[in-house]
Amino acid sequence: MFDSLTDKFSGLFRKLSGRGKITEANVREAMAEVRTALLEADVNYGVVEQFTQRIQEKALGTEVLASLQPGEQMVKIVHDELVDLMGPVDTHLMYVQPGPTVVMMCGLQGSGKTTTCGKLAAYLKKNGKSVTLAAVDLQRPAAVAQLETLAKQVEGDMPGPGQVHFYAEPDKVAEYGKAVGAAVGVARRALDAAKKNGSDVLVLDTAGRLHIDDALMGELRAVNQAVTPHQIYLVTDAMTGQDAVNSAKAFNEQLELDGVILTKFDSDTRGGAALSVKHVTGKPIKFIGTGEKLDAIEEFHPERLASRILGMGDVLSLVEKAQEQVSEEDALALQEKMAKGKMTMDDFLAQLKSVRKMGSMKSLLGMLPGVGQQLKNLDLDEKELNRTEAVIQSMTKKERADVTLLDNSRRRRIARGSGTSTQAVSQVVKGFEMVLKMSKQVSSMGMMDRMKALTGMGQMDPAAMGGGGMPGLPGFGSGKKSTKTQSRFRQRKRKSR
Amino acid sequence: MALFKTAFNKLKQGLAKTRSGLVSGLRSVLGGRALSAELLSELEAKLIQADVGVATAAKLTQELSDAWKAGKVSQGEQALDYLKQRLAADWPDHDRRLRYAPDGGGPTVILIAGVNGAGKTTSIAKIAKSLRDENKSIVLAACDTFRAAAVEQLEIWSGRLGVEVVKGQQGGDPAAVAFDACEAAVARGADVLIVDTAGRLHTQDSLMRQLTKIKNVCAKKIPGAPHEVILVLDATVGQNAITQAKVFAEAIDVTGIFLAKLDGTARGGIVVAIRDQLGIPVKFIGVGETPDDVEPFEPGRFIEALFAE
Ligand SMILES: Nc1nc2c(ncn2[C@@H]2O[C@H](COP(=O)(O)OP(=O)(O)OP(=O)(O)O)[C@@H](O)[C@H]2O)c(=O)[nH]1
Ligand SMILES: [Mg+2]
Repeated sequence: MFDSLTDKFSGLFRKLSGRGKITEANVREAMAEVRTALLEADVNYGVVEQFTQRIQEKALGTEVLASLQPGEQMVKIVHDELVDLMGPVDTHLMYVQPGPTVVMMCGLQGSGKTTTCGKLAAYLKKNGKSVTLAAVDLQRPAAVAQLETLAKQVEGDMPGPGQVHFYAEPDKVAEYGKAVGAAVGVARRALDAAKKNGSDVLVLDTAGRLHIDDALMGELRAVNQAVTPHQIYLVTDAMTGQDAVNSAKAFNEQLELDGVILTKFDSDTRGGAALSVKHVTGKPIKFIGTGEKLDAIEEFHPERLASRILGMGDVLSLVEKAQEQVSEEDALALQEKMAKGKMTMDDFLAQLKSVRKMGSMKSLLGMLPGVGQQLKNLDLDEKELNRTEAVIQSMTKKERADVTLLDNSRRRRIARGSGTSTQAVSQVVKGFEMVLKMSKQVSSMGMMDRMKALTGMGQMDPAAMGGGGMPGLPGFGSGKKSTKTQSRFRQRKRKSR
Repeated sequence: MALFKTAFNKLKQGLAKTRSGLVSGLRSVLGGRALSAELLSELEAKLIQADVGVATAAKLTQELSDAWKAGKVSQGEQALDYLKQRLAADWPDHDRRLRYAPDGGGPTVILIAGVNGAGKTTSIAKIAKSLRDENKSIVLAACDTFRAAAVEQLEIWSGRLGVEVVKGQQGGDPAAVAFDACEAAVARGADVLIVDTAGRLHTQDSLMRQLTKIKNVCAKKIPGAPHEVILVLDATVGQNAITQAKVFAEAIDVTGIFLAKLDGTARGGIVVAIRDQLGIPVKFIGVGETPDDVEPFEPGRFIEALFAE
C-alpha cells in the first residue's frame, strides 16, 4: 500500500552505482516500476500506458543518463510530469452579473453531490454571497430532506454574511424511474425563485445516475438546456478505480463540464482517479472534499496529489492536519512552555488527543515520505496509545503537573487505576521525559528546519518512533500557520464527530 | 431459498444486455486463438482494467501460464474456463448463503457497514424485500444518526416495503439505537433485524470504534448476533477497497460483501483480490436502484463479466 516509488528507484539505481553509466535498460526497468505504482494508485490502464511512454522518452534524454543521482532525477521527472498533467488549477469561481450564477452538480450515485452542495453553500456564504440550494434530486429517498437539513445547517451554524435559501418541490418526488423529466421544471422554477430572492448563486443538486442510463442522462441534458448553468461540476469519488474514465468521459460529452470536484479525499486512497478524470475530460480539478463537515472542502493541489500517487507521502497535508487540531493561541502558548521545558503531562495528553483525532497513527505516519515503506514492519499499536491515555488520566492533577512526584507507590496506584502495570506507567513517564527533551530542541527550530526534521524521520529507526507508545510527534501542532498551506475556507478548529 | 429464486428471475431479465456485450468482448480476446504469451498479457491487462489489481492479476496470470506450460490449457476459451474454475473454487456455494440464527435463537441480526455513499441503505431495502417476500418478519434499525436525513431515507424504504423501523435521536448514540432495535426485534418475535449504519471512512479510528461498539451491543443483546456482517462496496471502487475491507474486518469481523452498483460499467474486480488476500466472500450484487435489483453472487458469471468489452 505504501510502497514508495522513491525507495524502489533508489534500490534499483543503487545496484548500479560505482559501475559507471546508467543504461537504457535500467531506465526501462524503472519504467516498469512507475507503471506498477500508477496502476496501484488506480490510474486508468490506458492513461498509464500513454503516460509511461512519454516519461520514458523524457528519461532516455540525457537528463537521467548523465545524472549523478539517477534515481532522484527519475522520480523528479515522473513527479513533475504528473503535476503538469493535473495542473494548472484555477479554483476561482466565476460570478455573472446580474445573478444568479447557476451551478449544477452531477455525477454517479453516492459520489457525494449533496454534501458537496452544502459545502459549496458554506463557502459562498463565507465569501458574502447569497445562495439558493435547489433539490433537483427527486429520486433518491429523502434526498430533498437531506439538502434541506444541510441548507439549515449552513444558514444556522456556518460563518459568513451570505444568505442561504432552499428551494424544493417535495410533491414531485417519486420512486426510481417515475420522476424522470420532472427535474427540468423544478430546476426552472428554482431559477425563478433564486432570481426573486436575489441570490448571487443557485446551486442545483441533481440525482445520482449512471452514465449509461440514457433516460436519466437525457434528463440531465434537458435540465442543462432549460437553465443553461454557468458552471457544471462533476463530483467524483476519489477512491474510484479504473472505471473513472468511462463515467467522466460520458458526463463530459453530454454536458460539457467546467470542472471536477473530488470527494472523500480523507480516505487513504492514492487518488489516481484524479489523473484519469483530468486526462479524459481535460477539465480542471477544482476542489477536494476532505471530510463530512460542511467546511471540509479545499482547493486542489496537484503537487500534493502527485506525491500521494507516487507513495511519496504528503508532508504538507500532514502539517495542515496538525494545524487544524490546535488553535494558534494554544499552539503558541504550548510552544513557549515547550521551549522552556515546562510542558506538563496535561499538555502531553492534550497533544496526544489532538494527534489521535487526526486519524490513526499509521495513516498519519504513512503521509511522511520514506516512512510508508517502513510501516509495513512496524506494528503501531493503537491499544498502546489507549493505554498511554488511561495512564495519564489516572494521575492526579499535581502528578500531571510534576512527574517527579511519581514514586513507586504512586506508580502502583496509577497502574491499578488505569488497569495497566507499573512497567507501563514507567514507560509512559520515560516517554514523556523523552518528548520533553526533544520538544525543547524542536521548538528552537524555525518552520523550515522543523519540516526537515520531520522528513528526516523517514530515516529514523521505526522502533524509536513507536517507542513506549509515544506518538513521537512532539509539539506537532505548534507551528505558526504558513499562509501558503492554509486553505482559505477552512475553520481553524474543527469539532470532532 | 426464495431469495435466490426471485433473484434468479431478475437476473435472467436484467442480464440480457450485459451478456451480449460480454460475449463479444470475450470473443475478441480469446475466441479461436491459441494461448500465447501475448494472449496471457492481454488477459492480465483485462484483469487490471477490471480493478483486480496488479498483484492479484499477476498471480492469476502466472498460474494460468504455469498450467499452459504444463500442457493443461492450450486454447483461449480454455483459459477462461480455467480462471472460472480457479476462482469459483474460492467461492464455494455455502460461502455465499446468508447465515441465520439457529431455530428458536432468533432474531437473525444482519449488520451493514461501509464507506460513505457505497449503497448501504439501498442494499438494506433490497435484502429486506427479498426476505420479506419469503414471509420473514423484519425490523430495520436506523443507526445512521449522523448523516442528514439518513433516518428519513430508511423510513421511506420501510414504508414502501411495509417493514418496521426502530429509530433514535438525530445525532444520538447509534449503539443506543442498536440496543433498542435488538429489544424491539426480540419483543416482536421478528425473524430478521437489519442494522443500517452511517457511512464512514476506514481511516477514521473513532468511527471504527463506534462500529465495534454497535456490533458488541448486538452480541450482548442477542446470542450469536450479528449473524452476518455485510460490508457494502461500490463496484466502481479501486485498490483502496482492500484497505477498507481489512480495516472493517478488524473492527467488526466482516462475513460477506454486498457489491453494489454492478449495473454500471465498473466490474468490481477488487473483490477477487479481497477474496484472495482476506478471504471475505461476496454474497450479493446490486444491479439498480429499486429493491428488486439484487442478485446472489455468481462467481462464474462474475468472472466472465470481468473480461467483457
Ligand atoms: N445504479 C445503482 N445505484 C445504486 C445501487 N445501490 C445503491 N445505489 C444508489 O447509490 C446512492 C447511494 O446509496 P445509499 O444507499 O444512500 O448509500 P449509503 O451507503 O447508505 O450512503 P450513506 O449512508 O450516505 O453513506 C443512491 O442514489 C442509490 O440509489 C446499485 O446497485 N445500482
Ligand atoms: Mg445510508
